[in-house]
Formats: sequence, C-alpha cells, structure tokens
Amino acid sequence: MTDKKMVEALIFSKPESLTDVPTHYCPGCTHGVAHRLIAETIDEMGMRENTVGVAPVGCSVFAYNYFNMDFAEAAHGRAPAMATGFKRVNPDMNVFTYQGDGDLASIGAAEILHAAGRGEMITVIFINNAIYGMTGGQMAPTTLPGQKTTSSPLGRDIESHGFPLKMCEILSQLDGSAYIVRRSLHDPANIRKAKKAIRQAFEVQRQGLGFSMVELLSNCPTNWKMTAEDSLEWIEENMIPYFPLGDFKVHPAIAKSKKG
Amino acid sequence: MAKELLKGNVAFAEAAVRAGCEAYYGYPITPQTEALEHMAKRMPELGRVFLQAESEVAAINMVYGAACAGVRVMSSSSSPGVSLMMEGLSYIAGSEVPVVLVDIMRGGPGLGNIAPSQGDYNQIVKGGGHGDYRIITLAPATIQEIIDLTYEAFDIAEKYRAIVVILADGSIGQMMEPAELPPMQEVRKREDRAEWSLTGAKGRDPRVITSIYIDPAEEEVFNLHLVEKQKKIEANEVRFSSLLLEDAEIAIVAYGTAGRIAQSSVKQARDEGIKVGLLRPISLYPFPYDEIGKVADQVKRILVVEMSGGQMLDDVRLAVNGKVPVDFYGRMGGMVPLPDEVFEQIQELNQKANA
Amino acid sequence: MAKGRIVVNEDLCKGCELCISVCPPGVIKMAADRFTPQGYHPAELVDPDEECTGCAICSIICPDAAITVFRWVPADKIKSTAP
Repeated sequence: MTDKKMVEALIFSKPESLTDVPTHYCPGCTHGVAHRLIAETIDEMGMRENTVGVAPVGCSVFAYNYFNMDFAEAAHGRAPAMATGFKRVNPDMNVFTYQGDGDLASIGAAEILHAAGRGEMITVIFINNAIYGMTGGQMAPTTLPGQKTTSSPLGRDIESHGFPLKMCEILSQLDGSAYIVRRSLHDPANIRKAKKAIRQAFEVQRQGLGFSMVELLSNCPTNWKMTAEDSLEWIEENMIPYFPLGDFKVHPAIAKSKKG
Repeated sequence: MAKELLKGNVAFAEAAVRAGCEAYYGYPITPQTEALEHMAKRMPELGRVFLQAESEVAAINMVYGAACAGVRVMSSSSSPGVSLMMEGLSYIAGSEVPVVLVDIMRGGPGLGNIAPSQGDYNQIVKGGGHGDYRIITLAPATIQEIIDLTYEAFDIAEKYRAIVVILADGSIGQMMEPAELPPMQEVRKREDRAEWSLTGAKGRDPRVITSIYIDPAEEEVFNLHLVEKQKKIEANEVRFSSLLLEDAEIAIVAYGTAGRIAQSSVKQARDEGIKVGLLRPISLYPFPYDEIGKVADQVKRILVVEMSGGQMLDDVRLAVNGKVPVDFYGRMGGMVPLPDEVFEQIQELNQKANA
Repeated sequence: MAKGRIVVNEDLCKGCELCISVCPPGVIKMAADRFTPQGYHPAELVDPDEECTGCAICSIICPDAAITVFRWVPADKIKSTAP
C-alpha cells in the first residue's frame, strides 16, 4: 500500500470559460466568485460555444471582458428583454443575464417580472449586494432598513423609502418561473451550494422548463466600508436574516432529478 | 402580382414579412396596432417569432437582442411608444446592429390624440435618444411607397449596420389603397448570419456587442467611424420625388401625407396658371439639401407644408441658405390640411412673388 | 496526510486576504516584500512544515480565480497532472 505511486494532480485552476483578463472589481468583491461559478458550470456542461451572456449596467458592465464567450451589453435593467429577443430567435442556445440589484430590482423591475411571467427560457444570475456599487454606494432597492448609504446617510428610513424588494419571493409567485432560489457567497460551503444552484438553473433552461433565476447574496467591501473578510460576515449577520436562503420554486422535473 | 386593396399598417407589416423579417416585437398603440395584429397571426404561421412585449421599452430591447443574433428584426409603434424606445435606439445605434422600425405618428405632445401628425420629425430625424448618431429616415406618401420602403429598409439597415425608421403618419397607417406586394423572401439561414453576429464562440474568438467605450479617445474613434458612415449614407441614400419643378417660380417642399396633399394643390394652382412645383423629400435623413438648394436657385419663393409647427422647415432653410424667402404653412394636433388651404397659400405666395 | 501546494497568479491576485481567512492550516500569508502589477501585496504559500493539503478551499473563495491548486494523489486516481 505504502509504495503506491503518487503523482501531483491539478485540483483547481481557472475555468476555460473565463478569460485571463484581470477583473476591475475591488479586492475581495464576490462578483469574481459568481463569474467563476458560472464559468465552471458552463465548462462542466460543455456549453461555452453555445452560450450567449447579456451583461448589465452596474459594476459588472464589463463582465464580457472576463467571460470567454459571446456577449452582448444591455441598457440598464433591460437585459431580460434583450435576452428574450435573442433567445426567441435562438431557442437552442444557452442564454443568461448577469444583473445586479439596481439593474434587476429597480430600473429593470418590469423587464424581469415579465420575462419570468412569460416563462422565458433564460437563466438570470442576480447579484444582490444591497447597494449601488458603480456609482459609489447609493441606496438600492435591496438596501436593508437602517443601512447607511450615500443616499440614505442616516440609514434607510422605511417611513420615507419603503422596504427592500425580495425578488425571489416575488418572482417565485409567477407561473412562468421554474427555478427560483437564493444562495450566498459568504463562505466556501455556501459558494459550493451556489454553484449547484447555477447548474440546476442552466439545466432548467436546457430542458426548456421555464424561467430560472439564482439570487446570490454578495458583498461590497468598498461601499460598505469594511474589509473583505468583515463584509462576508456582514452578509451572514445582516443580509441572510432579511433575505433568507432557500429554494423558492423548483420545477418538479428538476426536484426529482435532484433526489435521484 | 396583382394589386390588392390594403390598409397601410397591414401593408407594411406584410412587406416586412416578405422581406424575410424573422422576428417582430411590439406593443399595441393606436394608430399602428393593425401591424402588430397582422404580425401576431402571420409570423407564427410562417414559423417565425412574434412577441407582444410588456412595453415599448422592452419591445425595442427585444429587437436589440434579436438584432445581435444577426436576424432581420423589426418593431412598429406610434409617437408616445416611440418616445419610450429612444433609449433602446441610442444603444442600437451605439452597437451598430441593423434594425427596422416603423413610426406611425399621431398628435402630441404628451398623450395627444390618435389623429395623423408629423410632429415627430425632430425626434426621429435629429435623434431623440442621447449621443451622436443619425437614423436613416424614410417617409412614404402612399401605401405602395410604405410597402416598397419597408421591404427595402432591411437591406439598407444591413448595408450600413444602422437603424432605418419608416416615418409615416396615422393617415397612411389607417387608409386603404390598391397596392402590390413584393415577392416572399425566406428568412436568412443560420450559417449566413453576419460575421459580427452572436452565434456562439465555436471555433473562433468570442464576439461582444456593446456600446460602451470607457476611454474617451476610443469613444471618439467610434464617433468618427459613425460620422464616416453618415457621409456614405448622405452620398448614397438621398431620395425625393419632384413634380412640375422645371418652370416653377414657386416650390412647395412637403413630405409624406402633407406632400401628397400639396400635390393636389399644385395641380389646382397649375390649372389657374400659377407656376408652382413640388419637391417631396422621401429620405428625411439623409435630407435632400443639394436638390432643394438647386430649386432655390430657380424659384422666387419656397413654401414648406407640414403637419407640425415647422420642424422640417429648419432643414429646408438650411438647404435654401437665404437664397429666397421660405414661407411655412402647418396644421397641428392631428388636423390635416385640406388641398384648398394649401392652394390658398400658393395663391398668396404667387402674389408676393410677382409683386 | 495528503500533501498539496498552491500557486498564486500575481497578475490576478488583489490581496483581499479572503484565502488567508479560510485556509484550514493557515499556510497562506501576505507577501509584504513585493507588489503585483496591479499594485497589491499578493497572497503566497508559506508552508515550511508542508501542512497544505491541497483542499482547494482558498481557490473556492478567491474572487479572482488567482489560485491554482495541486495535490499528491495515487497515480491510478489521477485526472490531470501538474504541468
């Protein structure tokens, strides 16, 4: 047993679906984690050459520089409409949008709602970090009550600004949605779960079951004004209690395959 | 093919189908809704894509998405709906994907009404969205012309990787006339899609369609590229029709429905012995500046007739460049001028011209 | 115990320290003696006692896909070998 030949194996390296371009994201920003999970999943499913991504407006506006696949850049919030237009003329292609909370839940609220309602065969990766990152830390539709931002300097006051939107809870109510889940990127175990969910979402699309969305609770160390490590703790302590993780809708065909 | 009695909205929609339009995304709005309804029936019949969007905002972005795929795609709408599309049109212009849009104008501003108007000349011809771009704008005056221009619009859009808008008013959308439809073209085969289109990065480097150039120097290079393209468009795509201009002392410049009405008035005035002719711009961008300039060398006065407060008027003045006086007659708010009204204007001008 | 090692791509590393925060044996440190091309101190493996197991947790949390992980495994269980 002891003289069994050992060799050094490659356990982890950058997926083919990512380019070698260094990202412009701030140090510790989980956008990079989300990008990598999508890329790994597309690699594992062998879909890189048949995938088109739609990038949003926000911090991830340049996502197409980092994904090694065809990409289109949408207007702010319109990615689901653009992806719809594309997918309808390419029903056999894998089409996904990558959207932040301002893009998806605020300016693009109508587009995401109707794409889900129509059961559009697209996959949406929704990055929720409770703030507008690119413009420098303003209040988002998902900013927590009491959370300080540059446009809610005393903390989000629900009396005047209302409550955060819980998009998984909303979209899972629509008959067109087939897979709506919320995961978090705050630690390795949850990152693994997030990847499994992304895989399921792309499977839902591949099988033509309906609209799929994975919401990923994410950080913004820069605009939250804390270290990367602290920002992950902040997700766990503050975001998860308000945006509970879980499966809000899972199409029976996928639920079955998950068990089996 | 024989002529048939066709309603404008149905006629241009069917012309688009026959031009090989593979996808239509739209939203109901009077007075263009019959086009959407025609597509709702026709496109699925042919195995093509019809989708009623949740708004014009979504519709134009669906068009944008499909255009990125390299297929022939269009939308149609009317003034308030087209206002909602301005964001998308700017992005489409900035991404250089070919798109055809038909705008059946109605009275405005605001909710206005559903009657014919030419109040959106500036919005389309001068660019209602943000940034430096131009839209190739074609203005039909008859049902036959809206058929022919829509059919050709897809070729023009693809030739320049640009937006072509067919700019007509509610009367052209709603009226019926005998006209002949063009032959049916099949949709483009997937392997024939353009070399810039998003088809999946198989055996090639990934392609990106975007309108962002974060470095101002790069954005300027792109802007200059658009300017160069505009020069080609301006050199190649000017269209107009002229009537009885050879010996004219007075020229009318009017487009679309106003041009068609002016045609009757010109004939009426000719019967009275007044030497009047008509220049009807068909392309509003590129605008027939040179041709109108030449007319200005010959006539004593020019009358611009529009169903607006005077929007194309500015372009005519630029073309005339002060050579002769330019007068204006306009009706607004969905009111359409009668030939007699324009005839009276001609009579007045004739007196001034020969005073 | 299986032995492993990591290689940090300093073109990609932004010195966010998340890998350090999750490394079970605590064998990743910040290299205070140098900067990456982007101007950050990079993370590096400092493992004199060969404690790295190649568990790849650092690479899972790394937002920049900057960490390549190798592990010594039996030859008959190999998928892809180190270059």
